[in-house]
Amino acid sequence: MTKQFVTTTVNGDTAEFICEPGESLLDALRGRLQLTGSKEGCGSGDCGACTILLDGEMVCSCLVFAAEAEGRVIETVEGMADGSVLHPVQRKFLEHAALQCGFCTPGFLVATKALLDHNPDPSEHEIRYWLAGNLCRCTGYDKIVRAVQDTAREMRNERKTA
Amino acid sequence: MNAPEAKSGFRHVGTRPVRPDGIDKVTGKAIYSPDFVAPGMLQGAILRSPHPHARIRSIDTSKAEALPGVKAIVTADDFPTLKSLMVTMGESAGNIIHVSRKCMAQGKVLYDGHAVAAVAATSAVIAAEALKLIEVDYEVLPHVIDIDEAMQPDAPLLHEDMVTEGVQPRPDKPSNIPTYVSKTKGDVAEALGRAAAVVEGRYSMPMVHQGYIEPHACVASWNADGQANIWCSTQGAFVVRMLTASVLGISQADIRVTPLEIGGGFGGKTTVYLEPVAMLLSRKSGRPVRLAMTREEVFRASGPAPGVQIDFKIGATADGYLLGADLSMKYNVGAFPGNGVQVGLITALYHYRFESFAMHGWNVVTNMPGIHAYRAPCAPQVNFAVESAIDELAYKLGIDPIELRLKNAVVPGDPGFTGGTLGEIGFVECLEAAKAHPHYSAPLGPNQGRGVAASYWINAGGPSVAAVSLAEDGSVLVTTGSPDIGGSRASMAIMAAETLCIPYEKVRVTIADTSAIGFSMVTGGSRTTYATGKAVIEAAETIISIMKARAAGMWGVDVADVAWGDGEAICLDPAKDNQRLPIGKIAARMNNTGGPISAEASVNPHDYLPAFGVHICDSEVDPETGQTTIVRYTAIQDVGRAIHADYCEGQIQGGAVQGIGWALNEAFIHDKAGRLDNPGFLDYRVPVCSDLPMIDTVMVEKPNPAHPFGVKGVGEVPIVPPLATVANAVSRAAGVRIRDLPLSPDRVYSAIKSKG
Ligand code: FES
Ligand code: FES
Repeated sequence: MTKQFVTTTVNGDTAEFICEPGESLLDALRGRLQLTGSKEGCGSGDCGACTILLDGEMVCSCLVFAAEAEGRVIETVEGMADGSVLHPVQRKFLEHAALQCGFCTPGFLVATKALLDHNPDPSEHEIRYWLAGNLCRCTGYDKIVRAVQDTAREMRNERKTA
Repeated sequence: MNAPEAKSGFRHVGTRPVRPDGIDKVTGKAIYSPDFVAPGMLQGAILRSPHPHARIRSIDTSKAEALPGVKAIVTADDFPTLKSLMVTMGESAGNIIHVSRKCMAQGKVLYDGHAVAAVAATSAVIAAEALKLIEVDYEVLPHVIDIDEAMQPDAPLLHEDMVTEGVQPRPDKPSNIPTYVSKTKGDVAEALGRAAAVVEGRYSMPMVHQGYIEPHACVASWNADGQANIWCSTQGAFVVRMLTASVLGISQADIRVTPLEIGGGFGGKTTVYLEPVAMLLSRKSGRPVRLAMTREEVFRASGPAPGVQIDFKIGATADGYLLGADLSMKYNVGAFPGNGVQVGLITALYHYRFESFAMHGWNVVTNMPGIHAYRAPCAPQVNFAVESAIDELAYKLGIDPIELRLKNAVVPGDPGFTGGTLGEIGFVECLEAAKAHPHYSAPLGPNQGRGVAASYWINAGGPSVAAVSLAEDGSVLVTTGSPDIGGSRASMAIMAAETLCIPYEKVRVTIADTSAIGFSMVTGGSRTTYATGKAVIEAAETIISIMKARAAGMWGVDVADVAWGDGEAICLDPAKDNQRLPIGKIAARMNNTGGPISAEASVNPHDYLPAFGVHICDSEVDPETGQTTIVRYTAIQDVGRAIHADYCEGQIQGGAVQGIGWALNEAFIHDKAGRLDNPGFLDYRVPVCSDLPMIDTVMVEKPNPAHPFGVKGVGEVPIVPPLATVANAVSRAAGVRIRDLPLSPDRVYSAIKSKG
């Protein structure tokens, strides 16, 4: 089968790669672009470790064909910090110890950013349902939810004072 | 959360600083095993059996070998024949022959997913193509999954040469029962005869899986001179080295194992499944080879936790004193003899003062993957039976369930679990904290029920090595061989900073490869903060002695006149005006005052103490559907002393939630053909965020006097109580006792219906 040539935007920069027609976007990010921040926990859309933003929408990159990235805008965990300044959610995850092994963390961070982009003041219930597609086997989610609540609070306050 | 809360005279212990490896893990920079790349690396893949039990007549790899891009193929023929040898992997032990057979089936396949051949190719696509071209001729054999069926005399035999150990006289016929164990105290029948109340029941649960989110993966590179590198995620690089060397029959010093970041293990990553195979593929191809499991492979072909069937009878006096316990345990250990019921025996009854007991246990092999350690391995299963029955007994006698436990709880000085007496345990303190907790007296809503359960875990000590050295500016390097699975770099840094009386940020921690530091046992058994912590503290104390000697030399005073405090040497000689030399000044001069300042400590402590936990759960059961919701959950635990308070709480919360999943949803389900029916996270349902409330934690601190900071080990006990805690809550809410896990909606619904 013929390989595909893909031009896309990843974390603000143009990225090009050649991929197999059946290759997942997750494999292309990890294997072709060396962006191994997005993780594969299942490859079937069940764990959320591969969560990225595609044109601003949260998707499981293991369920997207790499070829579908043509002309689209991709954001991954590697693009969340502004240079060496962490995104508030990255900082809050550290402050709240919302990670143990850290393998699920990239997916949670991207999913949380997407949540807060949509809904700056989510209830605990909304947070829990928004993140229900991201599995964490280490933390029991308590500290993750608290980190998300604290991030939302801080970002709202910043917006107010801005 | 993050504000330091220094207490009891400590400056760092008990605070909540950001972990040193944090930024790497929130920016995607940390390298986990599936992320690692070696130059020229090939992609490997493993062919797995579709049958749960079959003889391998032949394997024809010729077509696969002919496929362009295929560089190596490995089958059982490439593995050396091994002599029987028991090896310990930390929390579990096994025969090296079985370790080898878990990597590659030899002669027979024993479970759906058992490896039969492996390929290395220039791409993953070619490797997958090649697997399809390998022809395996199987003679399919009858299989057995169920414990009772496997124990029948005419059951299909997994191992024709396996006879039951622990039975006198030694059986002359093979069976599927590798182990029988027993332990008795007093006359149980007589004691139960005197009981005012007796509870009796059969309890069961299927196999479950650790469910770490990172699948197993490794890269191996084996050079022509025999020296090799393995990069993998593991709870114990030294175990990987020992097992790989033993399976392949080579020298341990020839293998350098570099532990990468690890995406969860929970005991499941204290052995090898892939590494010896990747090594053989690498030797054949002359190139580094990556092997990585898919999620389906993880479920079908790693090491789950045993399913059990337990018969339990227990009796007490009218005022709630436990008289006797009669316990029969059958542990389904999967395809190979494993450490199952042996641990069940020591984690069943020893938290209460039973007047008498009789315990009998059997391990049973079946056509399922061989078990491996899962967080407090083999304890949750038997604790479920014991703590469910205690709960029933309390209600039968009309005694508050915590009160009944308090009447019977073991205290310091009572007999220990494996001999000796119990040290400074905090069981009673945990029960008292549970009783006093507002959760325990809060009102319940309609269809809600409250459950409590109590448990212990033995914890572990064992060998660890740590090195501490000074940089020229007085900052400090700590090196250990204990992989950081959930924040242990932070706790090592805290303990070193506390000992040296310097800022936390001045200490940096490295997890070394197996060639860079001496042996350490696995990160497991709740031993790391305790045992490796002791090594770090001891090495740091040596550093202080050296620094004091250097300062004495610099001042020209006797070393006895130098003290250490506040990160500096203090001269006690009044003639010297109480001069001070900060660590930075001593370090700056170290190469002129005697050379580099560095120390290594090698420890093997066994003065650890068991951990106790008491959990409270409110559940709500929908009578129309049988669906259970966890409404409120509180976990109380004696932690000895929390080094990093957040990561202690995190262990308790994570363990509790794994236990909640075990109680409510998780199960290996096999179809009639003996194939695992749910090898993915869609059908093997681990708890998700929306299933749960916040998990409240109470850390009771009764320090371990044998650890400089009082550490007891926290990681495992929290998974033990939830099974019975949740079951007790559900039984109250549903108004009917359910003795089988998981408490899936259909099971709860039919229990409600059947009570009429
Ligand atoms: S890897 Fe994509 S959802 Fe699990
Ligand atoms: S921190 Fe390990 S899976 Fe979430």
